[in-house]
Amino acid sequence: MQRYSGFGLVKHALGHHENWERQWRNPEPKKRYDVIIVGGGGHGLATAYYLAKEFGVKNVAVVEKGWLGGGNTARNTTIVRSNYLWDEAARLYNHSLDLWKGLSQDLNYNVMFSQRGVLNLGHTLQDMRDIQRRVHANRLNGVDSEVVTPQQIKEIEPELDISSRARYPIMGASWQKSAGVARHDAVAWGYARGADALGVDLLQNTEVTGFKIRDGKVLGVHTNRGDIEAHTVGCVAAGNSGVLANMAGIKLPLESHPLQALVSEPLKPVLNTVTMSNHVHGYVSQSDKGDLVIGAGIDGYVGYGQRGSYPTIEHTLQAIVEMFPMFSRVRMNRQWGGIVDTCPDACPILSKTKVKGLYFNCGWGTGGFKATPGSGHVFAASLAKGEMHPIAAPFSIDRFHTGALIDEHGAAGVAH
Amino acid sequence: MFYIHCPYCQEYREEEEFHPRGQGHLMRPADPDNATDEEWGDYLFFRDNPRGIHHELWVHSVGCRKFFNITRNTVTYEILETYPMGEQPTITAESEKLRKEQGVQTADGGWQTIGAQPDSRALNEEISS
Repeated sequence: MQRYSGFGLVKHALGHHENWERQWRNPEPKKRYDVIIVGGGGHGLATAYYLAKEFGVKNVAVVEKGWLGGGNTARNTTIVRSNYLWDEAARLYNHSLDLWKGLSQDLNYNVMFSQRGVLNLGHTLQDMRDIQRRVHANRLNGVDSEVVTPQQIKEIEPELDISSRARYPIMGASWQKSAGVARHDAVAWGYARGADALGVDLLQNTEVTGFKIRDGKVLGVHTNRGDIEAHTVGCVAAGNSGVLANMAGIKLPLESHPLQALVSEPLKPVLNTVTMSNHVHGYVSQSDKGDLVIGAGIDGYVGYGQRGSYPTIEHTLQAIVEMFPMFSRVRMNRQWGGIVDTCPDACPILSKTKVKGLYFNCGWGTGGFKATPGSGHVFAASLAKGEMHPIAAPFSIDRFHTGALIDEHGAAGVAH
Repeated sequence: MFYIHCPYCQEYREEEEFHPRGQGHLMRPADPDNATDEEWGDYLFFRDNPRGIHHELWVHSVGCRKFFNITRNTVTYEILETYPMGEQPTITAESEKLRKEQGVQTADGGWQTIGAQPDSRALNEEISS
């Protein structure tokens, strides 16, 4: 692998940038692998990377029906935070946040992780009680979180309308300073390049059409490029997890919904941080390019179309203008939808299944991007050892029958 | 944007008047007192989530406020039928598969397979001045 550095940049500039290596190979599928990962998004690529790097499993294939990082990895709004309420979730997302901090160095790829902080606004007394409860829980779990007053909010984010004239006046917020944003595409590409260098085969345009299952054990996958054998298969397919599960005869407690996002025309720097509001239901940050990155709720119906309805866009922008009246005349540049696999308790599923050797990592719903490194890391550990990693264990699919749900609807808040 | 026919109002109304309430035809365990954890969990949380034909429950929340069912394609978003509570769908994944193979005759006499976009070439043609 060609290492990237400032010196390399100068060197290649002198060579008119004609000698850059390809970031990863485009190999032919082998007959057999130790582990197959279905889904070449951020989580799948991270899983493959950590399998090869930390757990010594190098004979790995990532099977992707389209191109790498072309699904929700390319469609999310890049928010990274870990201020979740319950211990299990806080551990998982905090593990991820720890990995984010050194990710650019680890991958030798600039993922542009910027810890600019996240504000979660409260507009009612009940909002504020929930925020206080969550902040206390966060601090007990070692998550840096604090309650801030409207005056403090104004210092953090001067353009927010904290006046009492607002339809839903801001009463306070929770503030996680170590949260932030990252460059989503770079995360997928960085992991892909790192995994490829360690010998992982990234098989693009390879669609899984079925599983080879005998005597309750998975033996491999059928694809449009022939059968591939492996005794361990991890499915990390986000919105299409249910479709894969169907092929294996498994039912999942998931519903796939379109989640839309928008970006505006580029503006001069106007936002310092990420501002989210559960109550008026919207959130916004500003990318380094200058465009506002905006999102809100899912479309309520089941859909796989990677697009959504206009009323949802209208509600989203109403929320943004309620928080930032100065944005009322900003023009939107692009709008798109991703397919999110929502779980009844707003927490993911990292689990074995009734088919031996077949694992699922899904149900991240509307907020999976932030968990990319942590999810990949604990899922890789689980696949390598055949036992769920302690951080992943509470997220078993069994919880929907035992009742041990991890209800994160409050902290998951507005879909993001 | 959906334009939904409410089977009670007998009118097409805008999507904003309605609210989706998930998978239709869900059956509560017949004997709740003796239902196992497995049965309760399946009833409460596990869903079909198909890529294709889906029977789902909607409510005409700011209209007649009644619940009804929609059969809809979750990929093309085409609404195939709406029908009141207590009735069964006339279009299912199996019947639709058959229809797709055969194709259907459109109102203007053309022939079209299901899921294909309506012929909009005329809209895209540049108008020469």
